[in-house]
Amino acid sequence: MSAALFYIFAGLLLGSALFVVLNRNPMYSIVALVFAFANLAGLYFLLEAYFIGVLQVLVYAGAIMVLFLFVVMLLNVQPDQPQLGVVPLERWWYGVLVILFVVLLLILVGRGAQGSLPAAGDEASSIGSVRAVGEALFTKYLLPFEIAGLMLTVALVGTVFLAKRRI
Amino acid sequence: MVVPLMHVITVAGLLFTIGVMGVLFRRNAIIVFMSIEIMLNAVNLAFIAFSRYHNDVNGQVFVFFIMTLAAAEVAVGLAIIIGVYRNLRTSYITDINSLKH
Repeated sequence: MSAALFYIFAGLLLGSALFVVLNRNPMYSIVALVFAFANLAGLYFLLEAYFIGVLQVLVYAGAIMVLFLFVVMLLNVQPDQPQLGVVPLERWWYGVLVILFVVLLLILVGRGAQGSLPAAGDEASSIGSVRAVGEALFTKYLLPFEIAGLMLTVALVGTVFLAKRRI
Repeated sequence: MVVPLMHVITVAGLLFTIGVMGVLFRRNAIIVFMSIEIMLNAVNLAFIAFSRYHNDVNGQVFVFFIMTLAAAEVAVGLAIIIGVYRNLRTSYITDINSLKH
């Protein structure tokens, strides 16, 4: 994978994710999140996971974010008013704990994973192709695949049930 | 020039932390929900990085299932947010506390 491209995509991804969390206007947050997911798809392509990259753009940046956009427009959400000191003290402690946890996890992982990712074309890899992923999905993971379809059906029925005023 | 695996995993860790901070410090339910999506995507990135590192397709199948789960979760969650808004006229999680009082 190309190192320069990786750092550009990673920087844009982290920057737009921070923008999502820090911005007061939900509309801007959604657009920034679409941008973040597009950058993440770029990272997937660099990591030679082509099928997942396309799915990321289609499912996340396309379908899911359009759903968010519709809900924000439907609810007519106004930008938050600044309210300093409204965050309870214990939440800061939760935040510190989570940061500590992630750092410890990274240290632990870093001991085992010292290597670097193979450069593009260095080592012919076809694990990210539609063929390889599809083969795994329809042989080894056939039952989970069917269950995922069932779960989507249940979610569809549940969404209609929740959103409809009168059944 | 190649990228060390640790750098990709660090990006995933930072993304996860940003998502957790969004869940902890934002009051708008929709932003909280988007932060949860960010956390799911951080996990996906770690899966893909290790899948490439070990040259193993199983990680990508896992990411596929996580995406399916996220789609279902978003549909149901947003329906719940709309339902709450219809009843309480608010989408702030600090205002939704009728079980507490």
